Amino acid sequence: METSLAEPMLTVPVRVRKNRRESDDTRTLELVFDNPANMPAWRPGQFTMLYVFGAGEIPVSISGDPARRDTIIHTVRAVGDVSRAICEAKPGSAIGVRGPFGSAWPTDRCEEHDIVLVAGGIGLAPLRPVLYTIMANRSRYRRVSLLVGARVPDILLYRGEMDGWREHGIDVRLTVDAATPGWQGSVGPVTTLIPRIELDASDAVAFIVGPEIMMRFVVQALAQRGVSLDRLFVSLERNMKCAIGFCGHCQLGPAFICKDGPIFAYSQLQPWLSIRNV
Amino acid sequence: MEKDIEALLTEHPFFKDMTAPYKALIAGCGKNVRFDAGQLLAKTDDPANEFFAIRHGRMSIELHSPERGPLILQTLEAGDIVGWSWLFPPHRWKFDVRAVEQVRAISFDGQCLRGKCERDPAMGYDFMKRFARVFMERLEATRLQLLDLYGNVSR
Repeated sequence: METSLAEPMLTVPVRVRKNRRESDDTRTLELVFDNPANMPAWRPGQFTMLYVFGAGEIPVSISGDPARRDTIIHTVRAVGDVSRAICEAKPGSAIGVRGPFGSAWPTDRCEEHDIVLVAGGIGLAPLRPVLYTIMANRSRYRRVSLLVGARVPDILLYRGEMDGWREHGIDVRLTVDAATPGWQGSVGPVTTLIPRIELDASDAVAFIVGPEIMMRFVVQALAQRGVSLDRLFVSLERNMKCAIGFCGHCQLGPAFICKDGPIFAYSQLQPWLSIRNV
Repeated sequence: MEKDIEALLTEHPFFKDMTAPYKALIAGCGKNVRFDAGQLLAKTDDPANEFFAIRHGRMSIELHSPERGPLILQTLEAGDIVGWSWLFPPHRWKFDVRAVEQVRAISFDGQCLRGKCERDPAMGYDFMKRFARVFMERLEATRLQLLDLYGNVSR
């Protein structure tokens, strides 16, 4: 964000324009800047630090369309005091934002390749900007598969947008761990969708977001299909606090997740991901 | 024109790289079947005389609960195998199997296959290795389902 990195710790106030319910504990917030000129440019995969006055600050991936210059969108699940306060923010109220920070999905590396996007739970949020980018430039990409896993159908994000994604030739597949009455989709972990997709594994690129355990098994399943580890990219979340690599809370091996990530080639951090208690 | 069973086996991942003589033997126990959406293919405790290699469509493995109705434990699709109760005594289905949508599959006669595997242990071993892989994959999937795999990301 052109919260210029000269002042990376400076929180800028923004206004909540919309607060849309995604599920019982998840909301999508549209944030606007009082001065539209302050609206930062950002790239898919980056995150901001959202600050609720009196509650605290958390990192949240940007989940909107990078081409939109009027608003910046985040999808947040209420899992702690700060995220709950963000989810409860009323339209018109103010919160603070720093950023954007971190690395982006290498969408340019996907041009002329098959793409597999794998999301678990709220992990779909950091991948939605990639979908917008693909849809805006669909002819640049070959087959695109989106595989989404969730515990139950009610918590699947962005259900209303999925027909639009399919109309852009994206193979959208959903699966849940536990079906509820009326569910007609797949039942089973997201890894079981991987053998089913059409894929040129020899040069496919995959972006994966979810808890690390999920990502580990997804990586195994993709590797079994023949996708090279150096074409697998993951988004990591590890205790990010300052967002600029100063505090060290998010250090993993040689990398700071906030500054060098959150997007990494899996092969880059693979040795560190298997070390316990790191 | 409908392909013969041997040709269909060649296209199904479960039989990938199986030798032609084995495929010919196994094909003799198979037949083409089709099920409509919603149709019950197998019912808990009924004799398990067959298994299915799905060619098209989706099936669900279900457990019927008097209080909650049918509970879907897992869905299986084209390229998957459904049913292994035919392999082990007492040869009865442990769960219900339903076609979620229209399904085309190859149905195999379990007794016919068991007999061929007994008479040709090398083929039987090949066959069991393929089923063992399915067991492993299903067990791994079940373990992941039990984990609440997606539940601990705060973003």
